[in-house]
Amino acid sequence: MEFSGKPASFQEVILRLQAYWARNGCAILQPYDMEVGAGTFHPATTLRSLGPAPWAAAYVQPSRRPTDGRYGENPNRLQHYYQYQVLIKPSPPDLQSLYLGSLAAIGIDMDLHDIRFVEDDWESPTLGAWGLGWEVWCDGMEVSQFTYFQQVGGHDCAPVSGELTYGLERLAMYVLGVDHVMDMPFNAPDAPIPLSYGQVFRQAEEEYSRYNFDIADTDNLLKHFEDAETECQSILAQPGDDPKTGKTIVMAQPAYDQCIKASHLFNLLDARGVISVTERQAYIARVRALAKLCADAFVTTSAAGLAE
Amino acid sequence: MPDLLLELFSEEIPARMQQRAAVDLKKLLTDALVENGLTYAAAAAFVTPRRLCLNINGLSPRSAARVEERKGPRIDAPDRAVEGFLRSTGLTRDDLEIRDEKKGQVYVATIHTEGREATEVVAEQVAATIRNFPWPKSMRWGQGSLGWVRPLHSILCILYDESGAEIVPVVIDDIPCGDTTEGHRFMGKGRFAVTSFDDYAARLKRDFVLLDADERADHIWIEAHNMAFAQGLEVVEDKDLLAEVAGLVEWPVVLMGDIAPAFLDLPPEVLQTSMKTHQKFFSVRNAKSGRIEKFVTVANRETADDGATILAGNQKVLFARLSDAMFFWQNDLRVVKSVGLEGMAAGLADVTFHNKLGSQADRVKRIEALAREIAPHVGAAPDLAAEAARICKADLQSEMVGEFPELQGLMGMYYARAAGHDDGVPEACAEHYSPLGPNDTVPTAPVSVAVALADKIDTLTGFWAIDEKPTGSKDPFALRRAALGVIRLVLGNGARVNLADELTRASDTLYECYSNIFNIFEPDGGSEGWDNWQLVLSGYDKTSKEPKYITFEAPRNLYEGDDEMAFVDEGEHPPMLLTPASELSISLLAFLHDRLKVHLRDQGIRHDVIDACLAMPANDDLTLLVNRATALAAFLETDDGENLLQGYKRANNILTAEEKKDGVSYEGTPEERFAEDPSETALFKALDRAETAIATALRSEDFAAAMTAMAALRAPIDAFFTAVQVNTDKQILRRNRLCLLNRIREVMGQVASFSALEG
Repeated sequence: MEFSGKPASFQEVILRLQAYWARNGCAILQPYDMEVGAGTFHPATTLRSLGPAPWAAAYVQPSRRPTDGRYGENPNRLQHYYQYQVLIKPSPPDLQSLYLGSLAAIGIDMDLHDIRFVEDDWESPTLGAWGLGWEVWCDGMEVSQFTYFQQVGGHDCAPVSGELTYGLERLAMYVLGVDHVMDMPFNAPDAPIPLSYGQVFRQAEEEYSRYNFDIADTDNLLKHFEDAETECQSILAQPGDDPKTGKTIVMAQPAYDQCIKASHLFNLLDARGVISVTERQAYIARVRALAKLCADAFVTTSAAGLAE
Repeated sequence: MPDLLLELFSEEIPARMQQRAAVDLKKLLTDALVENGLTYAAAAAFVTPRRLCLNINGLSPRSAARVEERKGPRIDAPDRAVEGFLRSTGLTRDDLEIRDEKKGQVYVATIHTEGREATEVVAEQVAATIRNFPWPKSMRWGQGSLGWVRPLHSILCILYDESGAEIVPVVIDDIPCGDTTEGHRFMGKGRFAVTSFDDYAARLKRDFVLLDADERADHIWIEAHNMAFAQGLEVVEDKDLLAEVAGLVEWPVVLMGDIAPAFLDLPPEVLQTSMKTHQKFFSVRNAKSGRIEKFVTVANRETADDGATILAGNQKVLFARLSDAMFFWQNDLRVVKSVGLEGMAAGLADVTFHNKLGSQADRVKRIEALAREIAPHVGAAPDLAAEAARICKADLQSEMVGEFPELQGLMGMYYARAAGHDDGVPEACAEHYSPLGPNDTVPTAPVSVAVALADKIDTLTGFWAIDEKPTGSKDPFALRRAALGVIRLVLGNGARVNLADELTRASDTLYECYSNIFNIFEPDGGSEGWDNWQLVLSGYDKTSKEPKYITFEAPRNLYEGDDEMAFVDEGEHPPMLLTPASELSISLLAFLHDRLKVHLRDQGIRHDVIDACLAMPANDDLTLLVNRATALAAFLETDDGENLLQGYKRANNILTAEEKKDGVSYEGTPEERFAEDPSETALFKALDRAETAIATALRSEDFAAAMTAMAALRAPIDAFFTAVQVNTDKQILRRNRLCLLNRIREVMGQVASFSALEG
């Protein structure tokens, strides 16, 4: 697909990023089929940043932050939004230029805008992960997060992955010159049936805001959290040798699904306001313990590049 | 003598680390070169977001050859020891010499170090410096193992003189090293080679990089100032921000933009903080109205549209940010208007101040009690001081301070005004944290002073009680700063406070507060249980609402009057020693006196002068103490003072020696009738006069007059020592004269303890 000039819609921004990163050698994956708080949780980032096996992937990930729900009224806060995520291992020496190329690809004219790399260290306490990098500013607005992963799930990253995260709505609003997210054209404005972001998502934002803040059953959520925790631990407690196939099958990824689940349930509980400041730390530590177990398991598998 | 140019070219170095990195690079590399036998004339380091650079002038072309002799182990030492010595010297056993020493025969190694080419030394030491560079945080990238602040892309390292430049081959993994670099990321025209520092700086400038951070900062400041001036406005000075912004750009382009009218009514500090924190904008103020009307942003490039697109983008982001600030401001005002600041402060009960000192609400209660007591001493109405103390921490619960913690206090002032407080109460909210450092302004409004003192005294008492005193360079709770705050508040306002009383009051309040935090039950068996070694008291922590079991450890000798006691948490917490209230105020006062000495030393008053005054009564009244010390210091500067001190010392020395020899103290009253010499009689009269005059002066705390009265003693004392032999054979006379010397000591001792003075 060839694009020229400025993009005309939200989806064109996404399509251009997909085309750009495909052209630059990434496997274009699809969103992970679970509720996550950020694109980083996709196993294509968390797990694949572990171990020596080379990796290059890009994908859109719908992300949920229950506490950010504003009933669809805030111009740029949403409880459900899209992140665009790129992970390349080992981080290529020209990752900054590659990244700047992606901005040009979505119609940001490097000769007119002021792009800056401003220190911002990344840390995910729930994933036991941290890295160094920047937030990238375009005319004073943060348009991406750029991170060199140093540790994930308590493991040193070697080689180091380079991770790029674009907040798609904010970036697209900027490129399209839209002030309220709900006013942003989702598909082409001259399509037979033009749809705005609001037409697609406003009602969902309203429904989820109410649900997340007031309705979600906290007893159930707590129970689900504990179930996910137990399931994750028991999956990983299984011996690696599978009696049925006679193979060694470590189930790092099914276990990691449960870790993702626990993390999202924690976010929901947080939005319901039932977690006190002291408890908060304890919950985060529990999710981190799961993430660490999953990472421990994953690095022993061939997907990480070790067991070949 | 060649010069050396080094540039380490990387991805963007965090602004806050740049200046330190330049200093470190210069020090580490020049030290390493000198250690390895090279000398140099001068060195200068530079830093931009993407490069760290060092230029060294007049480097020796070769290091000098050196011969070093090193003594090794005895010849009968175990082989391992000898092998270790050989390894460290790089020699073989045959190279060693055997020499007779007192302790026996030992090996001696003579190490010849050849002179080396500067190129070789530089290549080696640059590599070592890079590998061991002290970044506050460093990272790995790609497949490498090198740590650097962000990926290091290339090294430029040349030795150059009039005849040309030579590349120094620095080997660090596979990072290219040569004589090339590149300019601005967007405006530069690709890589270029350089032959000297001047060439380097000039080429960079042509490719849109200002190498010198000071030059970038100056450019930004001058441009910003001129733009504002042209519109009749002024830029709000902010040195930290200027340094940071200069570290974010290689080619600063200053742009000035508008703040939407809807936001102009926000307090100027809110505008300023929001713009600075989130956007790194400078505020532009209308000097007449004090309002912030515009902002200055610094872009990293020139554009064909003269920055119009960049400015529009920045303005848009600012709009969103200020909408948030406006939202917080209006929400906070709504809360304050409906439930008052006391209502806003209600949530402080759930905020832990320190796990051993209870919640912020507990703390506020203590400060209120203390402020009420202190108020009359500083000219404030007790009720107003208590009112201010009650609400001074309320803004910690506001949305605005939640977003911008640095606005604490100040928002309290705005909200207190909105809630209808006045009579100095709103100002006290803003000022009660002051003074924050040795150069911060000291509040002078009485209500502010009372609350500020109470705040600091409570902090000191609390952390003293739980034994979190500062040690060495560690002072995590900034207690030295709090102590200096107390000192400056008292002295700056000439306040007359007996701090010992206030400290005791504060510790009483604190212990009372303990019994509120912990529901402590009587031990089994009532008061008879007290002689048990350990009594387990159970209760719950009211702050965290969590059960808390405290072991109350009573020492065996509790009944002997030693009231030291310890609280021991049964959980993971280490034993918690509570200093008894009586000891606490003494120990804290000593700490305040120590800090006072440091403070006065900075103002040129000698520590022994302070010691001489500390030995006097009412030394917890710092204003009195300092008045006395200042007068004494001034007096000792005069000719009379200096000589009188010598006279005093002489009298004191003789007296001390004789008292020691005779095993008695000569404290009796000397009698004038035994005076033989006229000078002796004169001294009797002079002492009588001085005693009365000094007592009168001291009653009105007129230390200058006391000093003048004392000065009158100089001549009689000098004359006495010239004419009279104290240790005469006539015992009655000797005894009388020794008692006269003691009288000198006593009369002068009314003013200060002269024996503490040096010289």
